[in-house]
Amino acid sequence: MELIGLANYAVYMAIFIGIYAILALGLNIQWGFTGLFNAGIAGFFAVGAYVSAILTSADVANRIGGFDLPIVVGWIGAMVAAGLIAWPIGKICLRFRSDYLAIATIGIAEIIRLVVKSEGWMTGGARGVNNVPRPFGDLEYFQSQLAYMLMVFLILGIVYFLVERQIHAPWGRMMRAIRDNEAAAAAMGKNIERRRLEAFIFGAAIMGLGGALFAHFNRSITPEAVDPMVATFLIWIMLILGGSGNNRGAILGVAVVWIIWSMSEMITDQLPQEYAIKAKYMRVFIIGLMLQLVLRFRPEGILPEPQYTDETNKEKVQRGSPASDAPTT
Amino acid sequence: MLQVEGLTMNFGGFTAVNKCSFSIGAGTITGLVGPNGAGKTTLFNLIAGAFQPTSGKIRFQGKDVTKLSTDQLFHQGLVRTFQIPHEFHRLSALENLMMVPPAQKGETLLSNWLQFGAVKAQEKEVRARAWETLEFLELTQVAFERAGNLSGGQKKLLELGRTMMTDAKLVLLDEPAAGVNRTLLRKLEEKIEILNKERGFTFMLIEHDMEMIEKLCSPVICMAEGSVLIEGDFQTVRSDPRVLEAYLGEVAYGETA
Repeated sequence: MELIGLANYAVYMAIFIGIYAILALGLNIQWGFTGLFNAGIAGFFAVGAYVSAILTSADVANRIGGFDLPIVVGWIGAMVAAGLIAWPIGKICLRFRSDYLAIATIGIAEIIRLVVKSEGWMTGGARGVNNVPRPFGDLEYFQSQLAYMLMVFLILGIVYFLVERQIHAPWGRMMRAIRDNEAAAAAMGKNIERRRLEAFIFGAAIMGLGGALFAHFNRSITPEAVDPMVATFLIWIMLILGGSGNNRGAILGVAVVWIIWSMSEMITDQLPQEYAIKAKYMRVFIIGLMLQLVLRFRPEGILPEPQYTDETNKEKVQRGSPASDAPTT
Repeated sequence: MLQVEGLTMNFGGFTAVNKCSFSIGAGTITGLVGPNGAGKTTLFNLIAGAFQPTSGKIRFQGKDVTKLSTDQLFHQGLVRTFQIPHEFHRLSALENLMMVPPAQKGETLLSNWLQFGAVKAQEKEVRARAWETLEFLELTQVAFERAGNLSGGQKKLLELGRTMMTDAKLVLLDEPAAGVNRTLLRKLEEKIEILNKERGFTFMLIEHDMEMIEKLCSPVICMAEGSVLIEGDFQTVRSDPRVLEAYLGEVAYGETA
């Protein structure tokens, strides 16, 4: 009995790790490779979650919906919608330099949250969208969870593959060049504005997919679920801790931070009521402290950005280059 | 090849470049000298499209290019380097060169997913060309080093290398010798000359190192306080009293590391 409970918990955690890893990969495209400070992840997450939920759920009074479309269509819709929303936002906000972009995107995510909360005809208001179909939902609880986990991992694998492909291709190289030195990239004929927009939309679409997977997993989506604390800032911490500019690092960071985050919840739940509430803030504090420690002692993250030139760069080590840093791969 | 007519740039009330007019012939290496603050780099920024001039016209190969942005000018064949090296510091030296060629197939998202074979084939060519350039610059030993870890002189060479990855017609070099040691400096001069003679690049370069100017440049343009003082060969410019006056109180020293 105890064992089953533990396994259940592990699978539950793994599903979230998978979903957040997809968000982190989206952010990695924007921040890790292009240097866009998007602090509005929750907004794109929400757009994806709601669009997919509305497209696939059954008809309900007082709200648009009842399209009852296949779930895959919902996911594609989520990505398209998140990308479409990102387009005008990027068009306007990408002219700002990093910190201003952060402020602008926080604002936009907040606008999206408020719209979702107040436009009941579209989103069901505070009650949200319920009865969202869930793949493998009619299986027994544990099997269903397990199947959903495998599906999330499969999708994560596909997303990882698609993103990695771009990063190793000239597109990724160009993006990293734009990130490192905008003026020089422009002097080398790259259209900075268009390319940054491309990366912004690409990342947003992936975030939308993450949102959709979240909505279908919970069978519902409510405004409370679009919490910037988790869906924006925790993702940022995951990426920075894991190693921005490194997709494997991003996924590792998600796993590490999420395990600590949810374990700490388990521990604080054991405490008596009056401490449990205080302990909640302790958790936030611990995450903040972790970020501080990482930024102080290992700003490049657990897995730093690798050299992408390609595999032949191993010869550098063989030739005994004077670079004294130990091989980190 | 390049005609500049009455180019003026106002920053607020300060006129950095004041009614500059000159032209540059194809195949030449034009030197741009003048005391600090004469407006040389601003003039470069205007020609390269980094700033829009307050007034005046820039014509490149007979076309009015005043309004074009830096990246558009690149595609016209006008390429620039920077006074302070603008390397892509987290990219390897090789990647710094590989990112340059325009319209690479792998720069579109879709072709990387759908036609990766073609992208890879083109990558091989680009890589070979970048490697050749590194060999020319004698930088192969740092090919896989992050560009940010290179020495100042190596970064300067890398800047020059980037212009070689293009089919540039006119290359603007902003103080290619600044912070470069003597030995490397001679090498740099050599490279510029080879590029001029064999690849047919037209150069315009800002430099404080008079030896380099003397060796490479003809004609030489001297600027002071935002305007063109005189244009002519090195000896004429050097002995002109107005030039001496402009430099007076300042020493035209070669910046050696």
